[in-house]
Amino acid sequence: MEVKNSAQAGTFESSDILVMIEPVDKGSGITIDLSSSVYMHYADSIKTTITRVLNSFEIKDVKIIAKDKGALDAIIEARVETALKRALGIQQGTL
Amino acid sequence: MKNILGFDVPDFIEGFGEVEHFTGSWNKLKNSIDEQIIAPPVKNTLAHTSKMRDSLEAAIDACNPHDGMTVTFHHHLREGDYIVEKVMFYLASKGIKDITLASSSLTGAHDCLVPLIKDGTIGQIFSSGIRGELGKAVSNGVMKKPVVIHSHGGRARAIKTGRINIDLAIIAASAADCEGNCTGSYGPSAFGSIGYAMIDVEYAKKTIVVSDNIIEYPCIPASIRQHYIDHVVKVDSIGDPSKIATGTTRITKSPMDLRIAEMAADAIEHSGVYKEGYSFQVGAGGASLAVAKFMRDKMKKQDIKGSFMIGGVTSYCVDMLEEGLFGAIFDVQSFDAAVSTSVYGNRNHIEISSDQYASPYNCGCMTNKLDIVVLGALEVDVDFNVNVITGADGVVRGASGGHSDTAAGAKLTVVVCPSFRGRLPMIKQKVQNVVTPGDTVDLIVTERGICVNPNSPNLSQKLKEAGLKVVDINDLKKEVDGITGIPVEPEHTEQIVGVIEYRDGTIMDVIRGVKTK
Repeated sequence: MEVKNSAQAGTFESSDILVMIEPVDKGSGITIDLSSSVYMHYADSIKTTITRVLNSFEIKDVKIIAKDKGALDAIIEARVETALKRALGIQQGTL
Repeated sequence: MKNILGFDVPDFIEGFGEVEHFTGSWNKLKNSIDEQIIAPPVKNTLAHTSKMRDSLEAAIDACNPHDGMTVTFHHHLREGDYIVEKVMFYLASKGIKDITLASSSLTGAHDCLVPLIKDGTIGQIFSSGIRGELGKAVSNGVMKKPVVIHSHGGRARAIKTGRINIDLAIIAASAADCEGNCTGSYGPSAFGSIGYAMIDVEYAKKTIVVSDNIIEYPCIPASIRQHYIDHVVKVDSIGDPSKIATGTTRITKSPMDLRIAEMAADAIEHSGVYKEGYSFQVGAGGASLAVAKFMRDKMKKQDIKGSFMIGGVTSYCVDMLEEGLFGAIFDVQSFDAAVSTSVYGNRNHIEISSDQYASPYNCGCMTNKLDIVVLGALEVDVDFNVNVITGADGVVRGASGGHSDTAAGAKLTVVVCPSFRGRLPMIKQKVQNVVTPGDTVDLIVTERGICVNPNSPNLSQKLKEAGLKVVDINDLKKEVDGITGIPVEPEHTEQIVGVIEYRDGTIMDVIRGVKTK
């Protein structure tokens, strides 16, 4: 699917992650701009999790800005999914 | 070689020397100690001469400052301390090099020392703790000689044996008289007990009392007495009172810490060690201090009176003393302003030296009489070893303190620790650095369950019978790792930047440098 709008989900709170999504030109691929309080320990793991959610929505081109404060995997997945659904305009109801 | 705990410690360390390896927490002390001790220096003064000097600089000049000297401080002023900086920068301005800095601990107030390491003024550091920018610099390998991390009891031992051979001891006091009688228990910069400095003045070749509050002779009560003091100086300020001690320490509101504390208190209640006349120590940190709150409730409800508390004293301990829940407090360090008042005014609140508090080299320190201690941790491992010195990034950012002293002495040692912090699991296969060996730890209490050291099967039985959630530490580790994922460990350099001494002077572990990216 194609990301047409900017959107975000999550907070700056401890154990949460703020995920911002920005549309990019077609063919420019996926870029993840990650900052994290546990960057040394989990940077690759967080990027893998984000990429997994993007793949499940078949997103090819997008820029993700993620500001992590030690969120667990399930939380990262949920925040990315919500942000994506908002960006894609497919979110039903308020989340 | 790999030592008895499985940590890799070489037989010889550059800048440190031959290593006496750790062989077990009570192994060395089982036999009588034939180690050399040094005699306190002989001093003399003439009658009716003045010890008052015009300035700190003049006092230091009168103490024969020289290259390679050892200077000591006490850390009761904590984050508010001005004195270490003033003294060390004055020595640097005189061109003195290769100083051994042996403060009882170092805090965030000592970030300023980094340039003095770089320019060779400070050649070696002995301390219980190192934090902040100084910790980062040490971990990045700024020191040629590794820092020596000792416990509070271990420091008293090292001063007695001359391992720390003091040329100049600086004592910061909140009230002092012209002869050097002094205290921290009152005055505008009051900080409570001055316990760590008491051993310094006995053995130092020269001593200076620095105070912003010189009072009429005699200073009563005098925690440190005049016959140990060479010079007395008035300064404008010994520190920032708002960072030395303020108000009262409050019990945490964190639901996680309270949960852990409640579980720990329940475990203590059913341990068999909690009974009429028991002795107790708690740390000042979130969950460990909160244990005191739950014990206070239990003691009142069950009408149980304890014998004494030691510490690391907070106003919460003082409240328990004043309510009659304990008969006495033995205080080597006070944590808030309210405690100073109690040190000054309550005869059952007794100031003690670090020697009496925790030294393994005397006829019986207070920690040897301790029944129950509650301690914190930066991380623990499946062998119950505790790290309180290096953070998850491998950088030095903590303090040994009385951790290993109290753990060794107490009948029941309880470590409270969340199962993970900011995604990082706190139960490791092996801690990065060990400060307190696992055989001196009985319980590790997390919000997900209580781990009992397998060498205390009876304790495990008692807690299970009381219906408490006892879990195997290996199972708990697996559970937590499943939630957090396994973190990538920091990369270390070959350089040994720190040596972790056990209280008996044997070497338990070394701290390696960290690669900065």
